[in-house]
Amino acid sequence: MADLTTDFLGIRSPNPFWLASAPPTDKEYNVRRAYEAGWGGVVWKTLGAEGPPVVNVNGPRYGAIYGADRRLLGLNNIELITDRPLEVNLEEIARVKADYPDRALIVSLMVPCEEAAWKAILPRVEETNADGIELNFGCPHGMAERGMGSAVGQVPEYIEMVTRWCKENYDRPVIVKLTPNIADIRKPAQAAKNGGADAVSLINTINSITSVNLDSMSPEPMIDGKGTHGGYCGPAVKPIAMNMVAEIARDPGTRGLPISGIGGVTTWRDAAEFMALGCGNVQVCTAAMTYGFHVVAEMKAGLSQWMDEKGYARTSDFVGLAVPNVTDWQYLNLNYVAKAKINQDDCISCGRCYAACEDTSHQAIAMSADRKFTVIDAECVACNLCVDVCPVADCITMEAMPAGATDPRTGKVVTREYANWTTHPNNPGAVAAE
Amino acid sequence: MTSPTAPGIAAGRLDADRIAASFADLHPALDAHAAQVAADRCYFCYDAPCVTACPTGIDIPLFIRQISTGTAEAAARTILEANILGGMCARVCPTEDLCEGSCVREAAEGKPVEIGRLQRYATDTVLSRQGHPFVRAPQTGRKVAVVGAGPAGLACAHRLAMLGHTVEMFEARAKPGGLNEYGIAAYKATDAFAAKEVDWLLGIGGITLTTGRALGADLSLDALAADFDAVFLGVGLGGVNALGIDGDDGDGVLDAVGFIAELRQASDLTALPVGRNVVVIGGGMTAVDAAVQSKLLGAEHVTIAYRRDRGAMGASRYEQDLAASHGVRLLFNVMPVAVADGAITLEYTADDGTGLRGTGETMTLAADQVMRAIGQTLTMDGGLTVEGRKIAVTGAGRTTRPGIWAGGDCALGGDDLTVTAVAQGRDAAMDIHAHLTH
Repeated sequence: MADLTTDFLGIRSPNPFWLASAPPTDKEYNVRRAYEAGWGGVVWKTLGAEGPPVVNVNGPRYGAIYGADRRLLGLNNIELITDRPLEVNLEEIARVKADYPDRALIVSLMVPCEEAAWKAILPRVEETNADGIELNFGCPHGMAERGMGSAVGQVPEYIEMVTRWCKENYDRPVIVKLTPNIADIRKPAQAAKNGGADAVSLINTINSITSVNLDSMSPEPMIDGKGTHGGYCGPAVKPIAMNMVAEIARDPGTRGLPISGIGGVTTWRDAAEFMALGCGNVQVCTAAMTYGFHVVAEMKAGLSQWMDEKGYARTSDFVGLAVPNVTDWQYLNLNYVAKAKINQDDCISCGRCYAACEDTSHQAIAMSADRKFTVIDAECVACNLCVDVCPVADCITMEAMPAGATDPRTGKVVTREYANWTTHPNNPGAVAAE
Repeated sequence: MTSPTAPGIAAGRLDADRIAASFADLHPALDAHAAQVAADRCYFCYDAPCVTACPTGIDIPLFIRQISTGTAEAAARTILEANILGGMCARVCPTEDLCEGSCVREAAEGKPVEIGRLQRYATDTVLSRQGHPFVRAPQTGRKVAVVGAGPAGLACAHRLAMLGHTVEMFEARAKPGGLNEYGIAAYKATDAFAAKEVDWLLGIGGITLTTGRALGADLSLDALAADFDAVFLGVGLGGVNALGIDGDDGDGVLDAVGFIAELRQASDLTALPVGRNVVVIGGGMTAVDAAVQSKLLGAEHVTIAYRRDRGAMGASRYEQDLAASHGVRLLFNVMPVAVADGAITLEYTADDGTGLRGTGETMTLAADQVMRAIGQTLTMDGGLTVEGRKIAVTGAGRTTRPGIWAGGDCALGGDDLTVTAVAQGRDAAMDIHAHLTH
């Protein structure tokens, strides 16, 4: 039986599934329920500076994108940081941590970009005995207009500066949460590292308008006829998040910097993928908000089964294993040749592969009068679109052509030799092959 | 009140509440949420098999996608452009043999997209609001006679009216609708839907309907041919085949079509008499409709006796199971040989390759009523060529006589289904239109 225990920055948790700083972790009641449901850790919803708490809108805070059967694929929110008094949050954090010493408890923070503000709050957080802090440099709405959240996260110099303040004034691990609303994620990650961050967590939410109300002609969620961009999260953002994680994991400047992966983790598989790309653990929000805290039971059981099947005894056995295989396009092997193959036993004859290929791709699928669909190897460029649109999993597969075979599309013999764009004759800047 | 075990033929075997519940919608309408869930299952197949399987060729993936995007009225338009009786077809089509039977999700999961119920959802939204969705083309000044206001005639008349022609419809019975009104099990077309649909269809304008007028009575084909620019015959099959056995003219022997018609027109089903022991002879949809409804009226024992095996039965497996689930006994490979004294004698049959023959072994069942559902016959006599007991047609319903078209059950070709009749009526209208405007 795989051991899901995770050690992230010296913070131990019984499993790698933490709840991200977000509405589900705003107060003691929710966090206790989360721990009882089996979550390994919690990042408490972001605390602000002492004083009158922030206020939230009194209308809808969330907008949604749906897939078939109204399955929630993406969620956007305009909720701000905690709107409860700092003192109340700190008391609850201390109490919960005392009752659940084996669970990770991280406190998310967002205070003005002044050293005094950070110096004021950090000792108070330390008193709670929480395991660490996460700097919210990510929220793209509301607080960013006041110079916090993603307004900081978009300026690497600020990230480095604030991170340094925190490291100087707080003894436990400091995690810097990054915003994806930037051009190159490596820059803020590098800044966090330069400032002494113990880890980065990403991604925070993405600027978004989920829908437009065509009656009121306003973006959703709509507050009295107006809307504002919110932060997008959920399964829809996972590909964006994983790319950013991978960029940090493989960049020479940030390689090895611990990462807590966030962005659409919904199942054990999502978590395993983030971790394979270098994340020491994952943080979850939308899945819990969609299905409730019990959803973690599937994540734990699924990850455990998969680890057993693969022979991974502990999570650190597979963290980062996919990182070496993330490369630049120019290094992809142009001698690798694959062809789509349709398994006739599994095919239900819907013809979607045919429509996709015939209308929008390479006319590489033939359709017979009795609705049998077969790949025309002489036309197939192995683009994978047929695989992607097929409703039956694994009915269409991409099969690599063996060395020595002739690709009927190009007439060339497939070779096992690796050759990429850097040496390709069509590349004006190609280096001469040896 | 009597009871299911009351001997002989009696009314009121079940109380009114029980009867009302039994004759409620076989497939209740989907609400908006259920329709959305059902619509989400459609894969929007390429050259979809469901469309191929539909005699009227409705663009099913398109209308389902329209439902899923919240435009049910546009979905209804997609349906009605191909099949103006899409509302009734959604209720009575043997979808298990047509669209749903060919759905790729039937192949994938044994559970097709609920095309029939989705079609009903879409068409109900249009039929339940004011106004008719189609407008007529400018009047052509051409006049067409349509004889028979059943599915074929209605589809033909609507299409002709839409194209700008003036249509006069003649219907032999007191009400239009044909088998939608007089045939088909009541639980498939509740709430007087057949009549409502006809009213809605006539909303296009340009169609005059006269009931109580029949060919051979006060209408003649020659006069119609002389008075109109074209004639369409959708007269159905008026006669019911006889059993041709001893006792088949007895009191308890009736035709299933007539029984269903009486039931469909009855204002109080508790007043409708039915036997304690009912035997229905036949294997088609009419046999199932008659048998199940007998059971629902309170008959104690109902049997369908069919002369061939299950696979040869005209009624689909779904219909067979529907009958069985209502407690109807299905007997295969038996044929009637005599009816007498409240009982029917059936002889077992076998086919040795040279034709169906009795084996000599018999069984006798109590039978207060014996219903004949062994097919119907053309009763019209208009000097048209008849082939295989139906009006011979070529192309889109052209009879052997120029200027006369025919479609629906009375015409050769296609299954005797509402949806087939609609397709034939529609296609004949297009052909008539081409003929009148060339």
